[in-house]
Order: sequence, then C-alpha cells, then structure tokens
Amino acid sequence: MGMNRADGRRVPAADLGSRTLTHLQRLEAESIHIMREVIAEAENPAMLYSIGKDSSAMLHLAMKAFHPAKPPFPLLHVDTTWKFREMYDFRDATATRLGLELIVHINQEGLEAGISPISHGSAIHTDVMKTQALRQALDKYRFDVAFGGARRDEEASRAKERVFSFRSAAHRWDPKHQRPELWRLYNARKKPGESIRVFPLSNWTELDVWQYLYVERVPIVPLYFARPRPVVERDGMLIMVDDDRLPLNEGEEPALRKVRFRTLGCYPLSGAIESSAETLPEIIREMLLTRTSERHGRLIDHDQTGSMERKKQEGYF
Amino acid sequence: MSVALQGRPGSIERYLFEQRQKRLLRFITCGSVDDGKSTLIGRLLYECDLVFDDHLAALARDSARFGTQRGELDFALLLDGLVAEREQGITIDVAHRFFASERRKFIVADTPGHEQYTRNMITGASTADAAVILVDARNGVLTQTRRHSYLLSLIGVRHVALAVNKMDLIDYSERAFRAIEREYRRFAAGIGMEDIVAIPISALKGDNVVSAGERMAWYRGPALMSYLDTVELDEDRLAELPFRMPVQWVNRPNLDFRGLTGMIASGVMRPGERVRVEPSGIETAVARIVSYDGDLERALAGQSITLTLSDDIDVSRGDLICAADCPAEVADQFEVKLVWMSDQPLLPGRRYLFKIGTRTVPGAVTRIKYAIDVNSLEHIAARTLELNGIAVCNLALDEAIPFDPYAVNPDTGGFIVIDRVTNETAGAGMIDFALRRAHTIHHQHMDIDKSARAAQMGQKPAVVWFTGLPGAGKSTIANLVELKLHHLGYRTYLLDGDNVRHGLNRDLGFTDADRVENIRRVAEVAKLMVDAGLIVLVSFISPFRSERQFARGLLEAGEFVEVFVNTPLPVAERRDRKGLYEKARRGELTGFTGIDAPYEPPEDPEVELLTVTCTAEQAAEQVMAALRDLGLLAH
Repeated sequence: MGMNRADGRRVPAADLGSRTLTHLQRLEAESIHIMREVIAEAENPAMLYSIGKDSSAMLHLAMKAFHPAKPPFPLLHVDTTWKFREMYDFRDATATRLGLELIVHINQEGLEAGISPISHGSAIHTDVMKTQALRQALDKYRFDVAFGGARRDEEASRAKERVFSFRSAAHRWDPKHQRPELWRLYNARKKPGESIRVFPLSNWTELDVWQYLYVERVPIVPLYFARPRPVVERDGMLIMVDDDRLPLNEGEEPALRKVRFRTLGCYPLSGAIESSAETLPEIIREMLLTRTSERHGRLIDHDQTGSMERKKQEGYF
Repeated sequence: MSVALQGRPGSIERYLFEQRQKRLLRFITCGSVDDGKSTLIGRLLYECDLVFDDHLAALARDSARFGTQRGELDFALLLDGLVAEREQGITIDVAHRFFASERRKFIVADTPGHEQYTRNMITGASTADAAVILVDARNGVLTQTRRHSYLLSLIGVRHVALAVNKMDLIDYSERAFRAIEREYRRFAAGIGMEDIVAIPISALKGDNVVSAGERMAWYRGPALMSYLDTVELDEDRLAELPFRMPVQWVNRPNLDFRGLTGMIASGVMRPGERVRVEPSGIETAVARIVSYDGDLERALAGQSITLTLSDDIDVSRGDLICAADCPAEVADQFEVKLVWMSDQPLLPGRRYLFKIGTRTVPGAVTRIKYAIDVNSLEHIAARTLELNGIAVCNLALDEAIPFDPYAVNPDTGGFIVIDRVTNETAGAGMIDFALRRAHTIHHQHMDIDKSARAAQMGQKPAVVWFTGLPGAGKSTIANLVELKLHHLGYRTYLLDGDNVRHGLNRDLGFTDADRVENIRRVAEVAKLMVDAGLIVLVSFISPFRSERQFARGLLEAGEFVEVFVNTPLPVAERRDRKGLYEKARRGELTGFTGIDAPYEPPEDPEVELLTVTCTAEQAAEQVMAALRDLGLLAH
C-alpha cells in the first residue's frame, strides 16, 4: 500500500526507507494473501458486493491482489430493491470503471409477494430479500466460495468466526464445529454442495477501513459524507426520504437536514446522523468523538442480544 | 485518543498520520477463567477507549443478568461472544479483540484455559508475537500455568509476560510476587523459554495494566501496556533471515506476463537478486517486483507481492522461492511434533493430506516415537494420538518438499494435517528436522517392468478389492471369482484377511491403528503383485474409507476395482458360521466390526453386490461381468 508524501504524491510502501511494515500494510498483505489463497483453491468464487465502505475496501484490495490481471471473479450484489438511489448509481459506475462483471440477484418470489421493509418490517424483509436471496444466488450460480466484507470487531459473534467460514449444503453456520486456523494455512477443502464464506477483512477495525480508504483514495458512496438531505424523524432515528415509496405519517413533513450515514443498507432501515463531516478525515474525527458503535444505526440488530448469531446460523452473511 | 482530538480541532490529519505509523502486535492471553483473563482484556479495551457507549449499555444489561461482579461492570462479558457461552459463564473458543495504544495496534487472541481446549490455545498462539500468561497471585504457578507455558514453547512464542494478577488481594506483597516469579523462571528455563518479564498487576483495580500507579512502588519494571508497546515483533526477526516465498498463485493475464504471487515468509527481496526455486533447484534472478502502485525497489517479510523472473522457467503453486546462496532443504521424511485436533484419533500408517506453505501433499505418520504428557512433560509410549494429544513422530510424504525447521521459520516449517474423508483440519505439526533416510533410499531402476510382465502373461493386471462386514460373503464370492478367472486362463492370487493375519500380519491386533497397518501392508503386497502382472483378489473387511482410498491411490487409474459386498448386519450375523458375532455380542470379542467397531461403506464402488437378493454364484458372475465391462478381461 502507499503513503502520502508531504506533497500529496503517493509513494510505494517499500520505498519508505524503513525496514518495517505498518499495521495497515500488514493488514493489507494478509487480506491479499487470503484472496489469492481462495483463487488458487476455489472452483467458482464470487465477491459479495454490498456497495458499502467495507466492500469498497475489499474490492480495492482485490484489484491490488491480482494486478496486473483483473480480479478473476464476478461481483455479486444481492439487491433488496430498497437501497438508496445513490448506491445503485455508485455500484454500476464502479463495475464499469474497473471493468468487472456484476451480477445482481433479486429474490423474485419475495418481490412478487410484495415483501418490503415498510409493510413487513425489518425482520421479514431482511430474511426474505437478503438471507434467502443470498442462498438463492449462491445456488443459482453454483458459487462455492463467496468473499464478504465482515470484520471481527463489528459484533461479538463475529469475533469468533473464522476467516474461512464453512456453510453446510443448507447454508448453515455451525459455531461449535469450526476448523481451527493456524498460522497462514487455510484449509479450503470441502465436499460437493458445501460452500465457504471468506472474510478477508476479518482483522480490520472500522478505523483501519476508514484510514485505508483515505490513504488509498478509494471512492465511496457519497451518502457517507454530510449533505443536506430530506429526512423524517421516527423513533429517534432520522430516515431519509429517498423516493416516494416511503409513506409519510399524518402531519409528517420531510425536512432538509445536513446528515450522513455511518452504515448503508435499505434506506427505510438506515438511520442517518446529523453531521458536518464532508471529508474522510472529518468523518474519522466524528467517529472517534461520537463513541457509538457502528451497527447502532441499523435497525436489524436491535431485536435482542445474540440476534446476529442467530441470523448467521440461518445463513445471513 | 478522543481527548486529544477534542482539544485541538483541525489536528485530525496529524492524528491520522500518527495512526498510520503504528505497527501491529499480535498476542495471546492464557490463564484460567478464575485468573481474571477476560477481566484484563476488558480492562485494556476500556482504558484504551474502545468500548463504545452502546456496548457499555449492553454490558450493564448483561452484567446484571449474567455478571459475576455483583451488578458492577463485568468486563469479562465484553469478550464472551456466543450466547451459549455467555450463559455458561465460560469462553470456549478463540476470540479476537482489537485495540491500540499510542504506539501500536494490537490483536489479542483470547483462548480458554480448560485442558480439553489445548487445540484452541495452539491455534491462537500460532500467529502470536508474544503471550501474556496470567496467574492468580493467591495460587501462584499451577499445573495449568506450566501446561500453557509448554504449549507456548511448543508453538514457538518467543516472548512471554507473566502477569501475576489479583495483587490487590494479597496486599500488593512484593515477597509473594518474587516467590512466584522465581518459581516460574526455574520452570521456564527447563522448557527453553528465554525472554520472560514478570509483572505484578490487578486487572480489576487497574494497577500496572496501563500505568504503574502507587500501590506497588517496589516494582520497577514496565506496566503491561508498555511491555506490549516495546516487545519485539516476529516479523523483524524474519526480515533478517534468508529470502523465502511460497508461490501461491501464478498470475498470467496474457502471454507476455507471468507473475509469481505470494507472501514473503522471510528475508528481503530486490530486483536483480539471485533466487533458487525449490524443489526443482533451478536458479534464476528476480526481474521485477510488480505492484498496483508501480514496481517496488524492495519488499520484505510479511508483504504479499508479485515477482517476475529473468528466465522463463516452470514454477507453480507450492514451489518455494529461496535466496540462491541459502536455499531451503528438500526432503520427504521428517521428525515432527504433532498436536492432534480431531475427535478421530491419529492412526500411524493412515493417509492424510499435509498442507505446508502453499503445497498440499499426501503422506502418513509412519511412527509415533512418544507422546508428551502436557501436565508432567513426561514422555509416554503411544500407538495412536487422541484429541489434544501431543507427540513426536516420524512423517513420510509422497513427494520431497522444501522446508526450514519450524524453530527457524513457522511459515516454511509448520503444517496442518487434513483428514481426507471429512476434510477437517485434524492436526497441526512442526518440522524439527529431516531424517537422513530420506536422502539414501532411492528407487532401483529395473529393465523389466509391469507392462512387460503383463504382456508376457497376456492379461491386464488389477486389484479386485472385496470389502464388507464380517460374514458378508467376501471370501466365498472372491473364491468363486478366482475359480472362474483360473478356468479362463488368467494368472491370479487371492489375498484373504484371515490367512494373511496368520503370517505377514501376525503381529497386528484389532485396534484402529493395527487395522490401518493391516490394510497398508496388504495394499503394498497387492501392488507388488500387480507389478508382477497378476490379477489380485483381496478379501478384507477393510472398514475404513481412507485405507481403501490409500490402496486405490497406490495403483494406476483403472487398476483398482472396489467390490462392496453389501450384506445388512442382521443378515451377516445370521449367516455367521464361525460364531464370531455371538462372541462379540457376549463381549468376549472386542473391536469387532459392525458390533463395537465402525464400518464405513464405500461411497462410489465399481461393483455393489446386494447379497440378500442373489446367490454367491450370481454375485461372482456380476463381478465377472463388471471386469469385462471395465476392459480388464479379454474374454
């Protein structure tokens, strides 16, 4: 990875004159190692691309890992149809800019059944349009390995997940029977029908990801930066009115407030925060000062303690 | 860190620059539940401002529900992730935690202290630069302290902090602390552990965790955090060693570019340096170090890179690129230390896959020299190795591989053992040295080979392998098949389980380990007979898939015909003329397949005989028909 010199130009890492690697350089090297190991051993891999900042970092790492070749796998976006419009624009522009194949999968049955976060609530919507849809996509395209951008610092049950995380033919995760991972040796052998989720960013923290995006100048969705946006306030959360599918309550009036998003998902489920941070350093500064952990802005984790672990056993990424 | 930011708006760029200079230390914490290990890590996270407000809210909620600190914040609950564990109040797997000081970033592997989880500790320690061993100041050095220390020395963790915790409960007594330190140093010297720093702490009260405090003025050493800030990183040691890079993947985007990718295991590389590719031994030079950010002038241990070579030579995944003036050794037989991690015991002679670096090779443990009692460190005789067992073994691989002793370089001397049937990671091993024998036994070249012998007999040699429960009818059917082949003029031999046990395998019993060896010998004999040009009929229970797979692997494609004599257990038991099932049922025979020993049916045999619905004669005809279909019989 590179560093910014005083004049802003980038210098390749090994030219810094130092005989040591920084923590970001080590994390980068580990992620690249993991990705190459998958490519060497998998039959039909894909990268789960969620359009968020972690996906941006992961994709950038893939560009580096396989340079001068393109990453030898497609991007798979499991689309709930409820993402922010700016996310769709960014997704398509990214695939075009990097010249990568993009596969978009939507759970058609869910779509026809009219499942939406508004009429069915976050739990059902997430299950049908994300968890089930992901399984459908992996089955349909017969992907045996899927990269995901999850990090161990996100949530307690993630802290124990392996880098190579096995799923049974029914896509279930069994936390009691995980393979030990020693040194840098990953055992990627599996039986037909089984699949592996691989998390190259396992050892990154949220701050590491932001730092990396900043240093490497990786493009991210503009929704991360504070801008005046139309929002309504519900249960203490600011919800952006991204299109006319969001029904307004009586007397509810979208107000233009300067907000940004810490995590991106389906727009009716993503809480915005009031902010003045318009650059990455300002975002990082706010993050360090606000002291509220990342997934707080997501409605789906709030049910109860241990909810993420249950979702994962059922096949949520 | 947030305090510094609040005072100086606009200082964020400087802060980020400082953050980027930080290096990464990975360490492991060992100790039992009662030593306060989780409390210590929770305390480190809390002091480093990494516990977020909503985590704190969840912690307060959980402390009231599960906590052991009578409603006060129970830091241990920050770490115990899985719901089941939280309810049991114990940690049962490796959990990773992240925090940072002013100087370094840290990844902590938190592993459990229970004996049955040796496996997890070895796993957590395999990537650690350093370890923190906790002892309870009231209890001093216990058996489990010695066990953890031995495991750390086994896996090669070079730097250890002995954190004597709960000093607050013994009135911060220097005398008690010194006594514990002395005892520990004596023990550690005996297992070759050199760099030890003993630190008196109270994780609960915070003494000597991040800063010294006043209650132990007699202690002049570093607080735990300053220790972690300054202890040597293993990558610095590795950077000083000769260059090694296992080739991970060959990058060929077009005909003009051939890049060898991998992570540098040790040393430093610059374009123009001479390298030797092992095991082929071909020498060349590095032309470029290609990266997304432009070509590099230098790359060092721990970096993932892409190299191109000056000469167009054949290099593939699994090869090791070495400094030409100091290449790795190449061998196929080793003395190794093994830690077993599977519920299925290690059986000498059984075939496993061994993954070392980026190379995966089949092989077998040929002999367990001795196992090690992890509590007493005594050597004990062993024929198999159970879950969490540790042993010194001889290992034989099917091909010669490049390696360095593990003590020198974990990336080129450490390996995992993969079960060929379940695919699980069954064990971890460390190469001590190559056995001389590997260099001295060569295959003797012979002018008359298998095809010459077979041609003279006018037949295709093959092994017809009958497997099934005792009393399934294997020998009866095999005997009929041999008769038919003999009448047709084929040269045959029938290897029968019972007969072979009277001679060649007279020294073997019926344990799983002996059954594996039993089949290994028979498979090797069958292979020699195939080499002699014969059609070999093998009639053995051969209960394990992996041994039958081994036998298949010894032969060329198409030479091995697996015949599953499929007789359900009640039928086999009813037909039993030798009265063996009855004895087994009465408990007079133990380890009897089908009764108290497992039988693993073939998953994809060439022939399956359903003996319930046919006679022995019909079954034999079915085998003959299959041999014709497979092109093994000319008439």
